[in-house]
Amino acid sequence: MDGIDGAREEFYSEAQELIDTLSRNLLALDAAQKAGLPDPTLINEAFRAVHTLKGLAGLFGSTGTSRLAHATEDLLDELRLGRRELRAELLDPLFRSVDVFTQILLRDKQGLDEPPPTLEPLLSALRGLEQGEVAEQGALEQYALDPGVLAVLTEYEEHRLRASILAGLALYKLRVCFDLTSIDRALDELKERAKPYGEIITYLPTGESPSVDTIELDVLFASAADLSTLVGALGTDRVVVEPIARSRPREGLAPSVLPPAALAPSAPAVPQAGDAAPEVGLERSLKAVSQTVRVDIRKLDHLMNIVGELSLVRSALQRWGERLRAEGHRALVTELQRLGRTFDRRLLELQDGILEVRMVPLGQVFDRLARVLRQVSRELGKDIRLVITGAETELDKLIVEELSDPLMHMIRNAIDHGIEGAEQRRAVGKPAAGTIALNAFQKGNHVMIEIEDDGGGIDAAALVARAVRMGVLDATEASQMSHREALELVFTPGLSTKLEASDVSGRGVGMDVVKTNIARLGGVIDLESEPGIGTKLAITLPTTLAIVSALMVEVAGQIYAVPLAVVSEALAFDGQETRRLEGREVMSLRGASLTLCQLAVHLRLAVAEPAPERRFVVVSGFGARRMGLVVDRLIGQQDIVVKPLGHSLAAVRGFSGATDLGDQRVALVLDVGALIEEVFVLGDAAHDAWRLHG
Amino acid sequence: MPKILVVDDSSSVRSFVRDALEEAAELRPAEVVEATSGFDALRLLPRDQYDLVITDINMPDINGLELLAFIRASERHRAVPVLIISTQSSERDRERGLSLGANAFLAKPLDPHSLREGAARLLHSQRA
Repeated sequence: MDGIDGAREEFYSEAQELIDTLSRNLLALDAAQKAGLPDPTLINEAFRAVHTLKGLAGLFGSTGTSRLAHATEDLLDELRLGRRELRAELLDPLFRSVDVFTQILLRDKQGLDEPPPTLEPLLSALRGLEQGEVAEQGALEQYALDPGVLAVLTEYEEHRLRASILAGLALYKLRVCFDLTSIDRALDELKERAKPYGEIITYLPTGESPSVDTIELDVLFASAADLSTLVGALGTDRVVVEPIARSRPREGLAPSVLPPAALAPSAPAVPQAGDAAPEVGLERSLKAVSQTVRVDIRKLDHLMNIVGELSLVRSALQRWGERLRAEGHRALVTELQRLGRTFDRRLLELQDGILEVRMVPLGQVFDRLARVLRQVSRELGKDIRLVITGAETELDKLIVEELSDPLMHMIRNAIDHGIEGAEQRRAVGKPAAGTIALNAFQKGNHVMIEIEDDGGGIDAAALVARAVRMGVLDATEASQMSHREALELVFTPGLSTKLEASDVSGRGVGMDVVKTNIARLGGVIDLESEPGIGTKLAITLPTTLAIVSALMVEVAGQIYAVPLAVVSEALAFDGQETRRLEGREVMSLRGASLTLCQLAVHLRLAVAEPAPERRFVVVSGFGARRMGLVVDRLIGQQDIVVKPLGHSLAAVRGFSGATDLGDQRVALVLDVGALIEEVFVLGDAAHDAWRLHG
Repeated sequence: MPKILVVDDSSSVRSFVRDALEEAAELRPAEVVEATSGFDALRLLPRDQYDLVITDINMPDINGLELLAFIRASERHRAVPVLIISTQSSERDRERGLSLGANAFLAKPLDPHSLREGAARLLHSQRA
């Protein structure tokens, strides 16, 4: 990854970030707009993102991105310059652009030149918007501004200056002097403090700094507040506030009505000096000064592999220590062990450190979901409120990325099939607007994500009837099904409660795929639904994928790894105390029956010699879904680096990856979720296999 | 080895410029120092002497024109050639840049070839 290719990789990652920034600002803008508090800085931020994106796209030859960026930039430019009023129908194409940008980039990445079919319609929609008004000219001459200042303003800065003057704001010069070493922090503090009082137009270095370690700047500031308020709010020994004199009186206002101390009337909304700074602002300023670095996830994977290899070296050293001990070098061994413990501690810290770097807040994907919700609910004419909690909950970057599609499907399903139309809701006494809650929280070693809607719930009877019609179930099975089992049918390929497919989520599309994708991430999905009250999907996920504590087991001479997170206990097993129940082999465990999976049989391993008399049962699984894996030997607990199986083996069920044992042997990592699925759902097939081998 | 300061708030653009310049034979090769913003450049400039400054115009806070004005007003750096790169096709910004003392102007999209050529020409003119 170097040279122009490296730059190209960086282009994709930066472009994605810019698209996320655009999306975030549009969502905030939409919310601010609905709350009646439009914020011009949000439009400007969105503009800046698209503007930079356009530049990048040109640099890297992404024509589709360039064209779309150009069109959206024009619209955002008119919005930020106040030439257009912000209305919901103007936001719509902007929201659509976020998706189309992503589609174009994905195609670019795959080397497809052809733009996505969504591009042209969006471009013509953007072209179809009428032109905004021409910006007002003049106004700048109302102030005695230094020509040197005017010469260095960019076009936008000049527009903002003009708009501020036309809005009746007064201009100030803040002369500030900052240490070069802490300038970012000082600047962010100044911005936060100044924000409630007006707008910073630009910063000009004066070139007159008292020393080489400091820098002096003139900050051009437009405000409705009077001088004394600003001096009280912003003035320090490092910030001197000076008014900029008017060259002639403001048009439309007789000079006599201007209060002598102020060059513009103070607007009532402006806080007075002495008002406490808003706490939110303080928090934001702290965040803004944090230093961040963008790192390719593959580099982190590489580091993690090295950590894994170091653990192997450590094990080898330990074996040498044992040999030394056997040869009587006791003193040496003691020292070696002491060093070994320090090494272990440090290695663990290193491993934790890398894992922590990989963690990103779920908010990244929640933002995308909020956008989908807005779009889909508008398309369907449903009024839906999205309530998000726990957006700061962190998960491995890889998991967060992989979650995006499944969550998107679930949200679409909830909007399309879950939330009823407004009239139907009123008829049953619910508020006309539906609510979808997206909750994330940490629970032990896991992260839970819940998607809860207050819609009509799933019609379990209709699901069962459909399953029977499709031949998935026979009438007897159907009649014996519990409510819970019936709901689980949602995850059967091809089943849906809605008979007519819709554009939005299709015919229950994807719930089986959703389940598979979640399982691939080592997670499980649970469903609760009450007719008339709503549906809740709960996803349980491991927080990280890369390094897993595993129980190493041996079956028919092969070594397998069982992730410890899914193991609740391991028991000795004599093979005597089992019985058969509904075609499955079960044993009693503290009064409850536990389904067993004879791994040697299930994995169809060639058994060279008879299994040992005394074997072991590894009780694994989540919640109510547990199973006993029957193995020949327990080897012990080990931290393993899970590596993907690669394309050719990706379709093999029952394994989530492989790990290097360090002695040129490789162990497969069992995908317990998939095994449970096979044993419970495909019980009959497994049962047949059992009979064949047994 | 010529020392070049590249000022742009986009990391992709900085990487692109770095990749184009660092390996260029005609620059014998160059040492590229990146500044992530106009302020970052103001922080770097007092510490070192540069043979060329390449800057974007549209950056938050300190824009490229302000940086240029600062460089031309400074004792130490006033003679440094400045190459301006911007997405801004605006004739107005270009004129302002040139009247403030920019030595050359390259519009995006850039190609590595003309970037190398422009940089080499400015470095050469400075030595001559």
